[in-house]
Amino acid sequence: MITRFIDSIGSRTLNISEKTGRFSLFLFHAIRVAFTTRLKVVKTFEAMNRIGVESFTIVVLTGTFSGMVFALQSYIGFQRVGGEQFIGAVVGLGMIRELGPVLTGLMVTGRAGSAIAAEIGTMRITEQVDALTTLRINVFQYLIVPRIIASTLIVPCLAVFSMIFGVAGGYVICVHVLELSPEDYMSSIRAYGEVSDIRGGLMKAAVFGFILSWVGTYKGYYTSGGARGVGIATTQAVVLASIMILISNYFLTKVLESL
Amino acid sequence: MAQKIAIKIVDLKKRFDEGKWITDGVSLEIPEGEMTVIVGRSGEGKSVLLKQVIGLLEPDSGEVIVDGVDITKLPADQLDEHYKKMGYVFQFAALLDSLNVSQNIGITLLENGVSPEDALLVIKEKLKLVNLEEDTLPQFPSELSGGMRKRVGLARTLVTNPTIILYDEPTTGLDPITTHVIHELMYDMQKKLKITSVVISHDLELFKYADKVALLHLGKIRYFGDAKTVWESDNPYIYQFIRGLTEGPIGQEIAHAKDKF
Repeated sequence: MITRFIDSIGSRTLNISEKTGRFSLFLFHAIRVAFTTRLKVVKTFEAMNRIGVESFTIVVLTGTFSGMVFALQSYIGFQRVGGEQFIGAVVGLGMIRELGPVLTGLMVTGRAGSAIAAEIGTMRITEQVDALTTLRINVFQYLIVPRIIASTLIVPCLAVFSMIFGVAGGYVICVHVLELSPEDYMSSIRAYGEVSDIRGGLMKAAVFGFILSWVGTYKGYYTSGGARGVGIATTQAVVLASIMILISNYFLTKVLESL
Repeated sequence: MAQKIAIKIVDLKKRFDEGKWITDGVSLEIPEGEMTVIVGRSGEGKSVLLKQVIGLLEPDSGEVIVDGVDITKLPADQLDEHYKKMGYVFQFAALLDSLNVSQNIGITLLENGVSPEDALLVIKEKLKLVNLEEDTLPQFPSELSGGMRKRVGLARTLVTNPTIILYDEPTTGLDPITTHVIHELMYDMQKKLKITSVVISHDLELFKYADKVALLHLGKIRYFGDAKTVWESDNPYIYQFIRGLTEGPIGQEIAHAKDKF
């Protein structure tokens, strides 16, 4: 009984270590290929289009409505202490420092991270990845690196729109629904907001873009087991990337705060 | 004069997740410039054997000697040069579905910096070799029939000018007429281009075109001989296999090696 328990702990530890090692080695290999081979520029732009342009609508929608609900909730709290003039600063800082990058990261993970895993996973199970290998085409240079670079560059751009539309959504609620002063809303953002807030938000978004593409390409690359395997890889890519984004957000906030 | 050997496989062993051996000491000499057909029941590990030869799977032990060099022991940076001599035609062609026929055939050229104009000349030449019309060039794999996909797959492999081509069940899922056409095509390729062909197949019609036949069973080669005399062989394995007998040394159990990878 005890031996079996220890055995199971041991095998699980080995399993986790193996997967973590493979996950890290995958990234190291991608980084090495990125620095030692020519970047496939056309493929990178194609990936930016698929990841960025096609995620634009959902990012703008979630940003706008988050800004709106943020303003509404802030009003309920601030009204009790008579601090309505700070709503603009709270919505602005919240959207730029946190909600903009995090929501963008999560939405793009659902929209594009899953698509990356499904696409590469399907290529894996239909032997297209093996075909590239037998044709001596560097699979990392051809499939993996363009997607990681594209995602890392395009997610901050999307986050900018999430921030802008979030602040605008908050403005609409404050001015047209709660009938607060538009000057108060804008002046409090100007008074309490700093350039470093925007810089920090964009850095976070870039890291989230990197994470979601790393996880998506990794899960796709190691897909096995037919159509069911593609489904599992896609789900795991979304879950793992979302968790990593939320956990890394905390550490990024701590690091950026100390800079 | 002794026949030259293109690929020498020595005691090749492979298994997955500490399970049973899929190739359990395969030894085989593939003659140069000839067609060798490897037969065996489904799930016997024929594809696993071929994937070890092309480098898609790493053997647990054993040797694959090409041009006097054991390619299983070569460092990664020297492997590409060796594998350039080999082409692989996949069971379902494995065409990249995001690329059209022209881009699929010319992918190795286009990815290695050859201009699209120069690549097109080679693409058209290879397309002609596999008896396809130029109007298929802008089509995508999803628009092609099974036979056409296999031919495009073969044309894509021919672009690299390999001296050895490995075929993984090239006629699976094709009707008898298309199967015959593909067999003729493979035979023509081999004769015209002096290519060494290794074919995994269940199709006994291929024996008409082949020079050698090998039978893989339970991870080992149980028969290796001349294709012309295979029907006269009294080797109990090949005798049972080619006649489809249920009684004999090959059991009725169905292995599931394919599910392991």
